[in-house]
Amino acid sequence: MNMKVHSRLQEILSKGEFAVTAECGPPRGATPEVVRKKGELLKGYVDAVNVTDNQTAIVRMSSIAACSHLLQMGLEPVMQMVTRDRNRIALQSDIMGAYSLGIKNILCLSGDHQSFGSQPDALNVFDIDSMNLIRTVQTMREQGKDMSGFELNGPPRMFIGAAANPFADPFEYRVIRLAKKIDAGADFIQTQCIYNMDRFKEWMKMARDEGLTEKVHILGGVTPLKSAGMAKFMNNKVAGMDVPEPLIKRMANVPKKKAVEEGIKICIETIAELCEIEGVHGVHIMAIEWEEIVGQIVESAGLTPRP
Amino acid sequence: MIVAEQKPLSEIKEIIALYKKILIMGCGTCVKTCFAGGEDEVAVLASALRLACKKDGKEIEIEELTIERQCEDEFIRESAPAVSRNEGVLSLACGAGVQALARRFGKTPVLPGVNTTFIGVLEKQGIFTEECSGCGDCNLAIFGGVCPFTRCAKKLLNGPCGGSQNGKCEVNPESDCAWHLIIERLRILGQMDKLRIYVPPKNWQTSLSGGPRKLVREDHMI
Repeated sequence: MNMKVHSRLQEILSKGEFAVTAECGPPRGATPEVVRKKGELLKGYVDAVNVTDNQTAIVRMSSIAACSHLLQMGLEPVMQMVTRDRNRIALQSDIMGAYSLGIKNILCLSGDHQSFGSQPDALNVFDIDSMNLIRTVQTMREQGKDMSGFELNGPPRMFIGAAANPFADPFEYRVIRLAKKIDAGADFIQTQCIYNMDRFKEWMKMARDEGLTEKVHILGGVTPLKSAGMAKFMNNKVAGMDVPEPLIKRMANVPKKKAVEEGIKICIETIAELCEIEGVHGVHIMAIEWEEIVGQIVESAGLTPRP
Repeated sequence: MIVAEQKPLSEIKEIIALYKKILIMGCGTCVKTCFAGGEDEVAVLASALRLACKKDGKEIEIEELTIERQCEDEFIRESAPAVSRNEGVLSLACGAGVQALARRFGKTPVLPGVNTTFIGVLEKQGIFTEECSGCGDCNLAIFGGVCPFTRCAKKLLNGPCGGSQNGKCEVNPESDCAWHLIIERLRILGQMDKLRIYVPPKNWQTSLSGGPRKLVREDHMI
Protein backbone atom coordinates (compact mmCIF):
# COMPACT_ATOMS: atom_id res chain seq x y z
CA MET A 1 0.00 0.00 0.00
CA ASN A 2 1.62 3.23 -1.13
CA MET A 3 -0.94 5.90 -0.57
CA LYS A 4 -1.59 6.98 2.99
CA VAL A 5 -4.83 5.69 4.38
CA HIS A 6 -6.20 7.39 7.47
CA SER A 7 -8.16 4.52 8.92
CA ARG A 8 -7.95 3.57 12.57
CA LEU A 9 -8.31 -0.09 11.67
CA GLN A 10 -5.34 0.24 9.33
CA GLU A 11 -3.27 1.95 12.04
CA ILE A 12 -4.04 -0.72 14.62
CA LEU A 13 -3.22 -3.55 12.23
CA SER A 14 -0.04 -1.95 10.95
CA LYS A 15 1.18 -1.51 14.53
CA GLY A 16 0.82 -5.25 15.00
CA GLU A 17 -2.02 -4.97 17.52
CA PHE A 18 -4.65 -7.72 17.55
CA ALA A 19 -7.67 -6.01 16.00
CA VAL A 20 -11.30 -6.50 16.97
CA THR A 21 -14.16 -5.80 14.59
CA ALA A 22 -17.85 -6.60 14.90
CA GLU A 23 -20.87 -6.58 12.66
CA CYS A 24 -23.89 -4.32 12.68
CA GLY A 25 -26.87 -5.13 10.48
CA PRO A 26 -28.89 -2.04 9.49
CA PRO A 27 -32.64 -2.12 10.22
CA ARG A 28 -35.47 -2.98 7.84
CA GLY A 29 -36.67 0.57 8.08
CA ALA A 30 -35.58 4.18 8.15
CA THR A 31 -35.05 4.62 11.89
CA PRO A 32 -31.52 5.78 12.70
CA GLU A 33 -32.00 5.03 16.42
CA VAL A 34 -31.73 1.29 15.70
CA VAL A 35 -28.25 1.81 14.26
CA ARG A 36 -27.26 4.17 17.07
CA LYS A 37 -28.41 1.67 19.69
CA LYS A 38 -26.31 -1.06 18.12
CA GLY A 39 -23.41 1.39 17.91
CA GLU A 40 -23.71 2.19 21.62
CA LEU A 41 -23.49 -1.52 22.45
CA LEU A 42 -20.27 -1.86 20.47
CA LYS A 43 -18.57 1.39 21.41
CA GLY A 44 -15.33 0.90 23.32
CA TYR A 45 -15.18 -2.82 22.58
CA VAL A 46 -14.23 -2.85 18.89
CA ASP A 47 -11.87 -0.97 16.59
CA ALA A 48 -14.27 -0.88 13.67
CA VAL A 49 -17.81 -1.95 12.88
CA ASN A 50 -18.76 -3.73 9.68
CA VAL A 51 -22.05 -2.51 8.29
CA THR A 52 -23.68 -5.08 6.07
CA ASP A 53 -25.07 -4.27 2.63
CA ASN A 54 -28.56 -5.76 2.34
CA GLN A 55 -27.28 -9.01 3.79
CA THR A 56 -28.99 -12.25 2.82
CA ALA A 57 -30.54 -10.19 0.02
CA ILE A 58 -33.11 -8.61 2.33
CA VAL A 59 -33.79 -4.92 1.81
CA ARG A 60 -32.47 -2.80 4.66
CA MET A 61 -31.25 0.72 5.31
CA SER A 62 -28.27 1.32 3.02
CA SER A 63 -24.84 0.50 4.32
CA ILE A 64 -23.58 4.00 3.50
CA ALA A 65 -26.31 5.68 5.52
CA ALA A 66 -25.89 3.36 8.50
CA CYS A 67 -22.10 3.87 8.34
CA SER A 68 -22.70 7.58 8.43
CA HIS A 69 -24.83 7.26 11.60
CA LEU A 70 -22.02 5.31 13.28
CA LEU A 71 -19.44 7.89 12.20
CA GLN A 72 -21.43 10.61 13.91
CA MET A 73 -21.14 8.61 17.12
CA GLY A 74 -17.38 8.41 16.82
CA LEU A 75 -17.33 4.79 15.70
CA GLU A 76 -15.28 3.70 12.72
CA PRO A 77 -17.33 1.82 10.14
CA VAL A 78 -16.29 -0.79 7.58
CA MET A 79 -18.71 -0.32 4.74
CA GLN A 80 -19.65 -3.63 3.18
CA MET A 81 -20.38 -3.36 -0.51
CA VAL A 82 -21.79 -6.11 -2.71
CA THR A 83 -21.75 -6.26 -6.49
CA ARG A 84 -25.19 -7.90 -6.61
CA ASP A 85 -27.28 -4.73 -6.68
CA ARG A 86 -25.26 -2.06 -8.45
CA ASN A 87 -23.38 -1.88 -11.71
CA ARG A 88 -19.85 -0.48 -11.91
CA ILE A 89 -21.10 3.08 -12.41
CA ALA A 90 -23.13 3.04 -9.20
CA LEU A 91 -20.44 1.20 -7.24
CA GLN A 92 -17.73 3.71 -8.07
CA SER A 93 -20.05 6.60 -7.40
CA ASP A 94 -21.01 5.19 -4.00
CA ILE A 95 -17.38 4.53 -3.07
CA MET A 96 -16.59 8.20 -3.69
CA GLY A 97 -19.72 9.32 -1.90
CA ALA A 98 -18.95 7.11 1.09
CA TYR A 99 -15.41 8.41 1.33
CA SER A 100 -16.68 11.98 1.15
CA LEU A 101 -18.77 11.22 4.25
CA GLY A 102 -15.68 9.98 6.11
CA ILE A 103 -16.00 6.23 5.53
CA LYS A 104 -12.48 4.88 5.22
CA ASN A 105 -12.82 1.11 5.22
CA ILE A 106 -14.58 -1.05 2.68
CA LEU A 107 -15.27 -4.77 2.53
CA CYS A 108 -15.70 -5.89 -1.08
CA LEU A 109 -18.14 -8.74 -1.60
CA SER A 110 -20.16 -10.31 -4.35
CA GLY A 111 -23.17 -10.70 -2.02
CA ASP A 112 -25.71 -13.37 -1.18
CA HIS A 113 -27.77 -14.43 -4.15
CA GLN A 114 -31.20 -12.77 -4.27
CA SER A 115 -32.93 -16.15 -4.33
CA PHE A 116 -32.15 -16.46 -0.59
CA GLY A 117 -33.76 -13.14 0.23
CA SER A 118 -37.24 -11.72 0.59
CA GLN A 119 -37.47 -10.59 -3.04
CA PRO A 120 -36.25 -13.52 -5.13
CA ASP A 121 -38.02 -12.06 -8.18
CA ALA A 122 -35.42 -9.26 -8.34
CA LEU A 123 -32.92 -8.98 -11.18
CA ASN A 124 -29.35 -9.27 -10.00
CA VAL A 125 -26.58 -7.17 -11.47
CA PHE A 126 -23.16 -8.78 -10.99
CA ASP A 127 -21.69 -6.44 -13.60
CA ILE A 128 -18.33 -7.00 -11.92
CA ASP A 129 -17.28 -9.53 -9.29
CA SER A 130 -15.78 -8.99 -5.83
CA MET A 131 -12.26 -9.41 -7.22
CA ASN A 132 -12.90 -6.67 -9.77
CA LEU A 133 -14.34 -4.45 -7.03
CA ILE A 134 -11.21 -4.85 -4.90
CA ARG A 135 -9.04 -3.88 -7.88
CA THR A 136 -11.32 -0.93 -8.64
CA VAL A 137 -11.01 0.51 -5.11
CA GLN A 138 -7.25 -0.07 -5.19
CA THR A 139 -6.86 1.68 -8.54
CA MET A 140 -8.87 4.62 -7.25
CA ARG A 141 -6.58 4.87 -4.23
CA GLU A 142 -3.19 4.14 -5.79
CA GLN A 143 -3.59 5.72 -9.21
CA GLY A 144 -6.36 8.17 -8.46
CA LYS A 145 -8.33 6.90 -11.43
CA ASP A 146 -11.76 5.44 -11.99
CA MET A 147 -12.36 2.34 -14.10
CA SER A 148 -12.27 4.33 -17.30
CA GLY A 149 -8.83 5.69 -16.43
CA PHE A 150 -10.22 9.15 -15.71
CA GLU A 151 -8.18 11.06 -13.16
CA LEU A 152 -10.38 11.74 -10.16
CA ASN A 153 -10.56 15.07 -8.41
CA GLY A 154 -9.78 13.83 -4.91
CA PRO A 155 -9.67 10.05 -5.14
CA PRO A 156 -11.11 7.95 -2.30
CA ARG A 157 -8.40 6.34 -0.19
CA MET A 158 -10.06 3.35 1.34
CA PHE A 159 -8.52 0.62 3.45
CA ILE A 160 -9.59 -2.42 1.46
CA GLY A 161 -11.03 -5.59 2.88
CA ALA A 162 -12.15 -8.84 1.31
CA ALA A 163 -13.82 -12.00 2.52
CA ALA A 164 -12.43 -15.51 2.51
CA ASN A 165 -14.15 -18.78 3.23
CA PRO A 166 -11.64 -21.48 4.20
CA PHE A 167 -14.49 -23.96 4.57
CA ALA A 168 -15.98 -23.90 1.08
CA ASP A 169 -14.97 -26.25 -1.70
CA PRO A 170 -12.71 -26.94 -3.50
CA PHE A 171 -10.39 -26.59 -0.51
CA GLU A 172 -7.07 -26.46 -2.38
CA TYR A 173 -8.38 -23.56 -4.45
CA ARG A 174 -9.25 -21.44 -1.41
CA VAL A 175 -5.69 -20.22 -0.89
CA ILE A 176 -5.27 -19.47 -4.60
CA ARG A 177 -8.37 -17.29 -4.33
CA LEU A 178 -6.95 -15.57 -1.27
CA ALA A 179 -3.73 -14.86 -3.19
CA LYS A 180 -5.76 -13.40 -6.06
CA LYS A 181 -7.64 -11.10 -3.69
CA ILE A 182 -4.37 -9.88 -2.19
CA ASP A 183 -2.92 -9.28 -5.66
CA ALA A 184 -6.07 -7.39 -6.59
CA GLY A 185 -5.52 -5.05 -3.64
CA ALA A 186 -6.97 -6.48 -0.43
CA ASP A 187 -5.28 -5.08 2.69
CA PHE A 188 -7.28 -7.13 5.16
CA ILE A 189 -9.37 -10.29 5.12
CA GLN A 190 -12.35 -11.18 7.24
CA THR A 191 -13.11 -14.89 7.17
CA GLN A 192 -16.29 -16.92 7.32
CA CYS A 193 -17.26 -18.02 10.85
CA ILE A 194 -14.72 -20.45 12.22
CA TYR A 195 -16.02 -23.56 13.95
CA ASN A 196 -13.78 -26.13 12.29
CA MET A 197 -10.48 -24.99 13.80
CA ASP A 198 -8.46 -27.84 12.27
CA ARG A 199 -9.45 -26.85 8.79
CA PHE A 200 -8.87 -23.17 9.51
CA LYS A 201 -5.36 -23.93 10.80
CA GLU A 202 -4.63 -25.98 7.70
CA TRP A 203 -5.76 -23.10 5.50
CA MET A 204 -3.64 -20.65 7.51
CA LYS A 205 -0.62 -22.90 7.10
CA MET A 206 -1.17 -22.96 3.32
CA ALA A 207 -1.49 -19.16 3.38
CA ARG A 208 1.75 -18.83 5.39
CA ASP A 209 3.56 -21.25 3.06
CA GLU A 210 2.64 -19.01 0.14
CA GLY A 211 3.86 -15.95 2.05
CA LEU A 212 0.37 -14.46 2.05
CA THR A 213 0.25 -13.63 5.75
CA GLU A 214 3.11 -11.20 5.17
CA LYS A 215 1.02 -9.32 2.65
CA VAL A 216 -2.39 -9.15 4.28
CA HIS A 217 -4.01 -8.89 7.71
CA ILE A 218 -6.27 -11.87 8.37
CA LEU A 219 -9.11 -11.40 10.86
CA GLY A 220 -10.73 -14.65 11.88
CA GLY A 221 -14.53 -14.62 11.85
CA VAL A 222 -16.53 -15.88 14.82
CA THR A 223 -20.25 -16.15 15.53
CA PRO A 224 -21.40 -17.19 19.03
CA LEU A 225 -23.83 -20.10 18.91
CA LYS A 226 -27.10 -19.78 20.82
CA SER A 227 -28.29 -23.37 20.68
CA ALA A 228 -27.60 -26.82 19.30
CA GLY A 229 -30.38 -26.13 16.81
CA MET A 230 -28.55 -23.09 15.50
CA ALA A 231 -25.34 -25.10 15.19
CA LYS A 232 -27.15 -27.80 13.21
CA PHE A 233 -28.92 -25.26 11.05
CA MET A 234 -25.70 -23.49 10.18
CA ASN A 235 -24.01 -26.75 9.34
CA ASN A 236 -26.82 -28.17 7.24
CA LYS A 237 -28.59 -25.19 5.74
CA VAL A 238 -26.02 -22.44 5.31
CA ALA A 239 -23.84 -23.08 2.28
CA GLY A 240 -20.13 -22.85 2.95
CA MET A 241 -20.52 -23.22 6.71
CA ASP A 242 -18.79 -26.03 8.56
CA VAL A 243 -19.79 -26.82 12.17
CA PRO A 244 -18.11 -30.07 13.22
CA GLU A 245 -20.19 -32.78 14.90
CA PRO A 246 -18.33 -32.66 18.28
CA LEU A 247 -19.20 -28.97 18.56
CA ILE A 248 -22.88 -29.62 17.81
CA LYS A 249 -22.81 -32.38 20.46
CA ARG A 250 -21.16 -30.07 22.96
CA MET A 251 -23.99 -27.58 22.48
CA ALA A 252 -26.61 -30.34 22.70
CA ASN A 253 -25.14 -31.81 25.88
CA VAL A 254 -25.72 -28.75 28.03
CA PRO A 255 -29.17 -27.97 29.49
CA LYS A 256 -31.16 -25.66 27.21
CA LYS A 257 -30.93 -22.62 29.47
CA LYS A 258 -27.15 -23.04 29.64
CA ALA A 259 -26.79 -23.24 25.83
CA VAL A 260 -26.22 -19.51 25.35
CA GLU A 261 -23.50 -19.55 27.99
CA GLU A 262 -21.85 -22.53 26.33
CA GLY A 263 -21.97 -20.82 22.92
CA ILE A 264 -20.23 -17.77 24.35
CA LYS A 265 -17.66 -20.02 26.01
CA ILE A 266 -16.90 -21.74 22.70
CA CYS A 267 -16.60 -18.34 21.04
CA ILE A 268 -14.11 -17.13 23.65
CA GLU A 269 -12.09 -20.34 23.31
CA THR A 270 -12.02 -19.86 19.54
CA ILE A 271 -10.75 -16.30 19.93
CA ALA A 272 -8.05 -17.51 22.33
CA GLU A 273 -6.91 -20.03 19.74
CA LEU A 274 -6.98 -17.41 16.99
CA CYS A 275 -4.68 -15.16 19.04
CA GLU A 276 -2.09 -17.94 18.99
CA ILE A 277 -2.13 -18.63 15.24
CA GLU A 278 0.74 -17.09 13.32
CA GLY A 279 -0.61 -14.71 10.72
CA VAL A 280 -3.98 -14.07 12.37
CA HIS A 281 -4.07 -10.36 13.14
CA GLY A 282 -7.49 -9.97 14.61
CA VAL A 283 -11.00 -11.25 15.16
CA HIS A 284 -14.24 -10.32 13.46
CA ILE A 285 -17.26 -10.97 15.68
CA MET A 286 -20.48 -11.54 13.81
CA ALA A 287 -23.12 -11.76 16.53
CA ILE A 288 -26.16 -11.68 14.29
CA GLU A 289 -28.85 -9.44 15.84
CA TRP A 290 -27.09 -10.01 19.17
CA GLU A 291 -24.79 -7.01 19.34
CA GLU A 292 -25.29 -6.73 23.13
CA ILE A 293 -23.15 -9.84 23.65
CA VAL A 294 -20.08 -8.49 21.82
CA GLY A 295 -18.80 -6.43 24.76
CA GLN A 296 -18.92 -9.44 27.08
CA ILE A 297 -17.09 -11.63 24.57
CA VAL A 298 -14.37 -9.05 23.94
CA GLU A 299 -13.90 -8.48 27.66
CA SER A 300 -13.83 -12.18 28.54
CA ALA A 301 -11.36 -12.81 25.73
CA GLY A 302 -9.05 -10.30 27.41
CA LEU A 303 -9.10 -7.93 24.45
CA THR A 304 -10.11 -4.80 26.38
CA PRO A 305 -9.33 -1.98 26.65
CA ARG A 306 -9.14 -1.23 22.96
CA PRO A 307 -6.33 1.06 21.82
CA MET B 1 -29.56 -25.15 -29.67
CA ILE B 2 -32.23 -22.72 -28.52
CA VAL B 3 -34.24 -24.50 -25.87
CA ALA B 4 -37.93 -23.76 -25.41
CA GLU B 5 -40.82 -25.17 -23.45
CA GLN B 6 -44.41 -25.32 -24.56
CA LYS B 7 -46.76 -23.02 -22.68
CA PRO B 8 -49.47 -24.65 -20.54
CA LEU B 9 -52.61 -25.51 -22.48
CA SER B 10 -54.70 -23.13 -20.35
CA GLU B 11 -52.48 -20.19 -21.34
CA ILE B 12 -52.52 -21.18 -25.01
CA LYS B 13 -56.33 -21.33 -24.91
CA GLU B 14 -56.43 -17.77 -23.62
CA ILE B 15 -53.92 -16.58 -26.20
CA ILE B 16 -55.99 -17.95 -29.11
CA ALA B 17 -59.40 -17.17 -27.57
CA LEU B 18 -60.26 -14.49 -30.14
CA TYR B 19 -59.80 -16.72 -33.17
CA LYS B 20 -61.88 -19.41 -34.80
CA LYS B 21 -59.40 -20.44 -37.49
CA ILE B 22 -55.90 -20.87 -36.32
CA LEU B 23 -52.70 -22.21 -37.85
CA ILE B 24 -50.33 -23.96 -35.48
CA MET B 25 -46.91 -23.60 -37.01
CA GLY B 26 -43.97 -25.72 -35.91
CA CYS B 27 -40.31 -25.23 -36.61
CA GLY B 28 -38.07 -28.10 -37.67
CA THR B 29 -34.84 -26.88 -36.10
CA CYS B 30 -34.07 -26.14 -32.41
CA VAL B 31 -37.53 -26.50 -30.91
CA LYS B 32 -37.96 -29.81 -32.69
CA THR B 33 -34.79 -31.13 -31.04
CA CYS B 34 -35.96 -30.03 -27.59
CA PHE B 35 -39.47 -31.47 -28.11
CA ALA B 36 -41.26 -28.13 -27.82
CA GLY B 37 -42.38 -27.23 -31.33
CA GLY B 38 -41.55 -29.77 -34.04
CA GLU B 39 -44.04 -31.62 -36.22
CA ASP B 40 -44.93 -34.12 -33.47
CA GLU B 41 -45.60 -31.42 -30.89
CA VAL B 42 -47.74 -29.49 -33.39
CA ALA B 43 -49.89 -32.59 -33.92
CA VAL B 44 -50.24 -33.32 -30.20
CA LEU B 45 -51.07 -29.71 -29.36
CA ALA B 46 -53.61 -29.47 -32.20
CA SER B 47 -55.42 -32.59 -30.93
CA ALA B 48 -55.37 -31.35 -27.36
CA LEU B 49 -56.74 -27.95 -28.37
CA ARG B 50 -59.48 -29.47 -30.52
CA LEU B 51 -60.56 -31.64 -27.61
CA ALA B 52 -60.36 -28.82 -25.10
CA CYS B 53 -62.35 -26.42 -27.31
CA LYS B 54 -64.97 -29.07 -27.98
CA LYS B 55 -65.32 -29.57 -24.24
CA ASP B 56 -65.70 -25.82 -23.77
CA GLY B 57 -68.28 -25.68 -26.57
CA LYS B 58 -66.07 -23.44 -28.68
CA GLU B 59 -65.94 -23.89 -32.44
CA ILE B 60 -62.44 -23.88 -33.82
CA GLU B 61 -60.66 -24.94 -36.97
CA ILE B 62 -57.04 -25.82 -36.49
CA GLU B 63 -54.59 -26.29 -39.32
CA GLU B 64 -51.14 -27.75 -38.78
CA LEU B 65 -47.90 -26.92 -40.56
CA THR B 66 -44.22 -27.29 -39.75
CA ILE B 67 -41.53 -25.52 -41.72
CA GLU B 68 -37.79 -26.10 -41.63
CA ARG B 69 -36.84 -22.82 -39.90
CA GLN B 70 -39.09 -19.99 -38.75
CA CYS B 71 -36.13 -17.63 -38.41
CA GLU B 72 -35.40 -17.59 -42.16
CA ASP B 73 -37.65 -15.82 -44.59
CA GLU B 74 -36.85 -18.29 -47.35
CA PHE B 75 -38.66 -21.02 -45.40
CA ILE B 76 -41.30 -18.70 -43.94
CA ARG B 77 -42.54 -17.79 -47.42
CA GLU B 78 -43.60 -21.42 -47.95
CA SER B 79 -46.21 -20.94 -45.28
CA ALA B 80 -47.94 -17.94 -46.91
CA PRO B 81 -50.92 -19.87 -48.41
CA ALA B 82 -51.64 -21.60 -45.07
CA VAL B 83 -51.34 -18.33 -43.15
CA SER B 84 -53.77 -16.61 -45.51
CA ARG B 85 -56.40 -19.31 -44.84
CA ASN B 86 -56.39 -18.57 -41.09
CA GLU B 87 -57.24 -15.74 -38.71
CA GLY B 88 -54.11 -16.15 -36.67
CA VAL B 89 -50.89 -18.13 -36.28
CA LEU B 90 -49.79 -19.88 -33.12
CA SER B 91 -46.05 -20.28 -33.54
CA LEU B 92 -44.21 -23.01 -31.68
CA ALA B 93 -40.83 -21.55 -32.65
CA CYS B 94 -38.53 -19.54 -30.41
CA GLY B 95 -39.13 -15.81 -29.94
CA ALA B 96 -37.02 -15.05 -32.99
CA GLY B 97 -39.25 -17.28 -35.10
CA VAL B 98 -42.43 -15.64 -33.79
CA GLN B 99 -41.07 -12.20 -34.64
CA ALA B 100 -39.82 -13.25 -38.05
CA LEU B 101 -43.30 -14.57 -38.89
CA ALA B 102 -44.90 -11.36 -37.59
CA ARG B 103 -42.57 -9.32 -39.79
CA ARG B 104 -43.46 -11.35 -42.91
CA PHE B 105 -47.22 -11.46 -42.23
CA GLY B 106 -47.93 -7.94 -41.07
CA LYS B 107 -51.73 -8.27 -41.09
CA THR B 108 -52.01 -11.61 -39.31
CA PRO B 109 -51.69 -11.92 -35.53
CA VAL B 110 -48.73 -14.18 -34.70
CA LEU B 111 -48.90 -15.62 -31.19
CA PRO B 112 -46.33 -17.45 -29.08
CA GLY B 113 -47.04 -21.03 -28.09
CA VAL B 114 -43.76 -21.70 -26.30
CA ASN B 115 -41.55 -19.95 -23.77
CA THR B 116 -38.06 -19.55 -25.16
CA THR B 117 -35.75 -20.37 -22.30
CA PHE B 118 -32.06 -20.50 -23.19
CA ILE B 119 -29.19 -21.57 -25.42
CA GLY B 120 -28.32 -24.98 -24.12
CA VAL B 121 -27.42 -28.57 -24.66
CA LEU B 122 -29.12 -31.90 -24.20
CA GLU B 123 -27.38 -33.06 -21.05
CA LYS B 124 -29.10 -36.40 -21.17
CA GLN B 125 -32.41 -37.57 -22.54
CA GLY B 126 -35.08 -35.17 -21.28
CA ILE B 127 -32.67 -32.80 -19.53
CA PHE B 128 -31.52 -29.58 -21.12
CA THR B 129 -29.04 -27.21 -19.51
CA GLU B 130 -28.20 -23.61 -20.22
CA GLU B 131 -24.58 -23.22 -21.23
CA CYS B 132 -24.27 -20.02 -23.27
CA SER B 133 -25.69 -16.51 -22.90
CA GLY B 134 -24.65 -15.30 -26.33
CA CYS B 135 -22.68 -12.46 -24.75
CA GLY B 136 -20.79 -11.72 -27.94
CA ASP B 137 -17.32 -12.02 -26.42
CA CYS B 138 -16.42 -15.64 -25.80
CA ASN B 139 -13.84 -16.28 -23.10
CA LEU B 140 -14.19 -20.05 -22.89
CA ALA B 141 -10.48 -20.44 -23.68
CA ILE B 142 -9.45 -19.17 -20.26
CA PHE B 143 -12.20 -21.00 -18.37
CA GLY B 144 -11.44 -24.53 -19.52
CA GLY B 145 -14.48 -24.58 -21.78
CA VAL B 146 -17.05 -23.86 -19.05
CA CYS B 147 -18.81 -20.49 -19.15
CA PRO B 148 -19.01 -18.80 -15.73
CA PHE B 149 -21.06 -15.86 -17.09
CA THR B 150 -23.83 -18.29 -17.87
CA ARG B 151 -23.34 -21.13 -15.45
CA CYS B 152 -22.38 -19.28 -12.26
CA ALA B 153 -25.44 -17.73 -10.61
CA LYS B 154 -23.31 -14.71 -9.65
CA LYS B 155 -21.41 -14.45 -12.96
CA LEU B 156 -18.13 -14.69 -11.02
CA LEU B 157 -15.03 -14.38 -13.19
CA ASN B 158 -12.35 -14.99 -10.63
CA GLY B 159 -13.21 -18.20 -8.85
CA PRO B 160 -16.03 -19.76 -6.85
CA CYS B 161 -17.93 -17.93 -4.13
CA GLY B 162 -18.00 -19.18 -0.55
CA GLY B 163 -21.13 -21.20 -1.14
CA SER B 164 -19.76 -23.91 -3.40
CA GLN B 165 -20.02 -27.25 -1.62
CA ASN B 166 -19.46 -30.77 -2.90
CA GLY B 167 -19.30 -29.42 -6.44
CA LYS B 168 -22.82 -28.00 -6.30
CA CYS B 169 -24.16 -24.45 -6.49
CA GLU B 170 -25.66 -22.97 -3.33
CA VAL B 171 -28.43 -21.34 -5.32
CA ASN B 172 -29.59 -24.64 -6.78
CA PRO B 173 -28.09 -27.86 -5.43
CA GLU B 174 -29.27 -29.58 -8.63
CA SER B 175 -26.80 -27.45 -10.60
CA ASP B 176 -23.09 -28.03 -10.78
CA CYS B 177 -20.96 -25.19 -9.49
CA ALA B 178 -19.50 -23.74 -12.69
CA TRP B 179 -16.25 -22.96 -10.92
CA HIS B 180 -15.97 -26.48 -9.61
CA LEU B 181 -16.26 -27.68 -13.22
CA ILE B 182 -13.71 -25.11 -14.40
CA ILE B 183 -11.20 -26.12 -11.73
CA GLU B 184 -11.68 -29.84 -12.45
CA ARG B 185 -11.25 -29.28 -16.15
CA LEU B 186 -8.13 -27.13 -15.77
CA ARG B 187 -6.69 -29.74 -13.43
CA ILE B 188 -7.12 -32.43 -16.09
CA LEU B 189 -5.68 -30.12 -18.76
CA GLY B 190 -2.68 -29.36 -16.51
CA GLN B 191 -3.58 -25.65 -16.65
CA MET B 192 -4.20 -24.92 -12.98
CA ASP B 193 -1.94 -21.86 -13.30
CA LYS B 194 -4.76 -20.19 -15.23
CA LEU B 195 -6.69 -19.99 -11.96
CA ARG B 196 -4.21 -17.45 -10.67
CA ILE B 197 -4.80 -15.03 -13.53
CA TYR B 198 -6.84 -11.95 -12.65
CA VAL B 199 -9.80 -11.70 -15.02
CA PRO B 200 -10.71 -8.04 -15.54
CA PRO B 201 -14.32 -6.80 -15.61
CA LYS B 202 -16.27 -8.07 -18.56
CA ASN B 203 -17.01 -5.75 -21.43
CA TRP B 204 -20.77 -6.06 -21.71
CA GLN B 205 -20.97 -3.84 -24.80
CA THR B 206 -21.11 -6.90 -27.01
CA SER B 207 -24.01 -8.28 -24.98
CA LEU B 208 -27.63 -7.25 -24.82
CA SER B 209 -26.70 -4.31 -22.57
CA GLY B 210 -25.70 -2.45 -25.73
CA GLY B 211 -29.25 -2.83 -27.06
CA PRO B 212 -30.36 -5.31 -29.72
CA ARG B 213 -27.41 -6.57 -31.71
CA LYS B 214 -26.87 -6.84 -35.41
CA LEU B 215 -24.23 -8.84 -37.20
CA VAL B 216 -23.25 -7.56 -40.62
CA ARG B 217 -21.38 -9.94 -42.92
CA GLU B 218 -20.50 -7.82 -45.93
CA ASP B 219 -18.85 -10.77 -47.64
CA HIS B 220 -22.25 -12.47 -47.74
CA MET B 221 -24.30 -9.48 -48.76
CA ILE B 222 -25.78 -9.33 -52.22
